[in-house]
Amino acid sequence: MPLITYIEHNGREHKVEVPLGHSVMQGAVDNAIPGIDADCGGECACATCHVFVDPAWLGRTGTPDAQEKSMVSFASTAQANSRLACQIQVTAALDGLVVRMPEAQH
Amino acid sequence: MHVATDHPAWTTPLAALDPSHPGLFQADEMWPYFARLRRDAPVHFAESPFFGPYWSVTTWKDIVQVELNPQAFSSDSGFGGISIRDRPKGLELPMFIAMDPPKHDEQRKVVQPIVAPGNLARLQDLIRARVCHILDGLPRGETFNWVEHVSIELTVQMLATLFDFPFEDRRKLSYWSDSATMIAGAGGHVDSEATREAIFAECLAYFTALWNQRVNAPPRPDLISMLAHGEATRGMTPREFLGNLILLIVGGNDTTRNSISGGVLFLHENPGEFAKLQANPALLDSAVPEIIRYQTPLAHMRRTALVDTELHGQRIRAGDKVVMWYISGNRDETAIEAPDRFLVDRKRARQHLSFGFGIHRCVGNRLAELQLRILWEEILRRFPRIEVVGEPKRVFSSFVHGYTDLPVRIPA
Ligand code: HEM
Ligand code: FES
Repeated sequence: MPLITYIEHNGREHKVEVPLGHSVMQGAVDNAIPGIDADCGGECACATCHVFVDPAWLGRTGTPDAQEKSMVSFASTAQANSRLACQIQVTAALDGLVVRMPEAQH
Repeated sequence: MHVATDHPAWTTPLAALDPSHPGLFQADEMWPYFARLRRDAPVHFAESPFFGPYWSVTTWKDIVQVELNPQAFSSDSGFGGISIRDRPKGLELPMFIAMDPPKHDEQRKVVQPIVAPGNLARLQDLIRARVCHILDGLPRGETFNWVEHVSIELTVQMLATLFDFPFEDRRKLSYWSDSATMIAGAGGHVDSEATREAIFAECLAYFTALWNQRVNAPPRPDLISMLAHGEATRGMTPREFLGNLILLIVGGNDTTRNSISGGVLFLHENPGEFAKLQANPALLDSAVPEIIRYQTPLAHMRRTALVDTELHGQRIRAGDKVVMWYISGNRDETAIEAPDRFLVDRKRARQHLSFGFGIHRCVGNRLAELQLRILWEEILRRFPRIEVVGEPKRVFSSFVHGYTDLPVRIPA
C-alpha cells in the first residue's frame, strides 16, 4: 500500500499506508489524523479536507476540477499548492506523497 | 422511522401534502410530514397558499446534488432568492448569498477573512469574557427567558464586534434581524412590506454613516471596513449594501441564537447526555455540531431551476422553485445513524447539513461553533443543571427554525 505522510500544522508527522483507490482524505480520517474534518464525507462540497501538496508531488496529484477550484478559492489559507484531499485518489504513483495541513479547516 | 399510520402526515394524499406551512413549524409538528416525504416522495411537488408552487427535496443525497449544481439551481435574488418566500417584486434584495458565480465568489472573498484562523483566535478571549459576564449575571432559583437573557444578548454582542458597531446600540442589530425575517402581517411589529422597507431605510442610514467613517480610514478587520475597501464591494449600490448587511446580520444572528437555545432544550430533554458531557467536557467536540444538526437553525434554502432537469426521477422545469429541506436531510436515516436521537458523543457528528454545502456553505460556521463551544465550557463549569420549566415558544416560520421563549431556572 502507498505510504503517505501527513504533517499537521504544528509539525507533527503521521506516516500511514493508504489502500489504492481510497482518497487522501479517507486515509487521514481512517487513521484518526487530526486536522482534516471532511464534513461532507468526500463530495467536494465543504472544503474541510484542505491540504497543501508538497511541491515535489504536485505533478503527480493531478489538477483540480472547476468545483474543487472554486471551493478552495474561498479558504483564507489557500495557496498555489492547495488541494482538497478527498479529490486526490491514491495510486501506486503516489507512494511517498507528503501533504501538510493548514492552520485550521473552514 | 416512526410511522403512526393514523396521523394526517401519513394519510393525506401525497399530492395534497404541503410541509412548508409556518404553523407546522411553530407547533413543532413538521417532523412526520418530512418522514413521509423521505419514504414516499423524496422529491415532491406541492402548492402552498403562502408561497405558491414549489418542489421539496428531502433526502441527504438529493440535497447535496442540488447544492453542487449552481449552474442548474440558481440562488439569484432576481428569481426570488434563497428562501421559499419570494421577496415582493421591485423589493428584491441583492446580497451575495443570493447571487450566482462569478459575482457571488468575488463578494464572498471580501468578507471571508473575518473568519480567518488568526481573526478567530483574536476573538476567542473576548467571547469568553462576555460569556462569563452574561452567565455570572443570571438569576438563580428564578424563572427567566433564556432566549432573551443569553441567546440574543450573546449573539448581538458578537455581531456588534464583527461590524465594530457602537456597542450601546447593539440591540438595533437584533431588531433589524427580526424585522428582516418576520412574515409581514403575522402578528409581529412588521405589519406590511412598507413597514419593513421603512425599517430597512433606518438600518441603511445607520450603516452608511459607519461606511463613510471607515472608507476614509485605513482598512481594519471589521466587516464594514472590509466591504468599504474590498475591490468587489466598494462600488456597491445602496440597495446591494443593504442586502449584504441584512445577510451578515441575519446570518450571524438568528442561527447562532437558536443553536444556543436549542442546546439548552436538548440537554434538558436528554439528562443522560448532559451527564456524559459533565463527566467529559472534551465531548464538546461532537456535542457542538450535534446541537447544530439537531436544531437545524435554517430549515431550508431555496433555489430556482435555470434549465429543465431531472432529480430523483422527477422532471423539474426551468423557473421552478426548489426547496432543500436541511431539517429533513439532517434526519435522513440513510445518511445518519439513529438521526432522531440527540447524542453528544455521536460518531462523525460534523457530517450534517445545517451549514449547507457547496459554494454557499456558511461563511460563519467556525465562528458559530466557537461561540457555542465557549458557552458550554463555561456553563459546565458553573451550573449543575439548567431546567426548562415551561413549554418553549417557537417562531412562526418554515425558514428560521427557532424559539422566541425558553423559560428556564438555574437551581439556587
Ligand atoms: C449555527 C449557526 C449558523 C447556521 C446554522 C448557518 C447556516 C447557514 C446556511 C444554511 C447557509 C447557506 C448555505 C447554502 O446555501 O448552501 C449560510 C450561509 C451564510 N452564512 Fe451562516 N449560519 C450560521 C452562522 C453564521 C454566522 C455566525 C455568520 C456570520 C459571520 C454567518 C454568515 C453567513 C454568510 C455570509 C453566508 C452566505 C455564504 C455564501 O452565500 O457564500 N453564518 N449559513
Ligand atoms: S471532504 Fe468535503 S470537500 Fe473534501
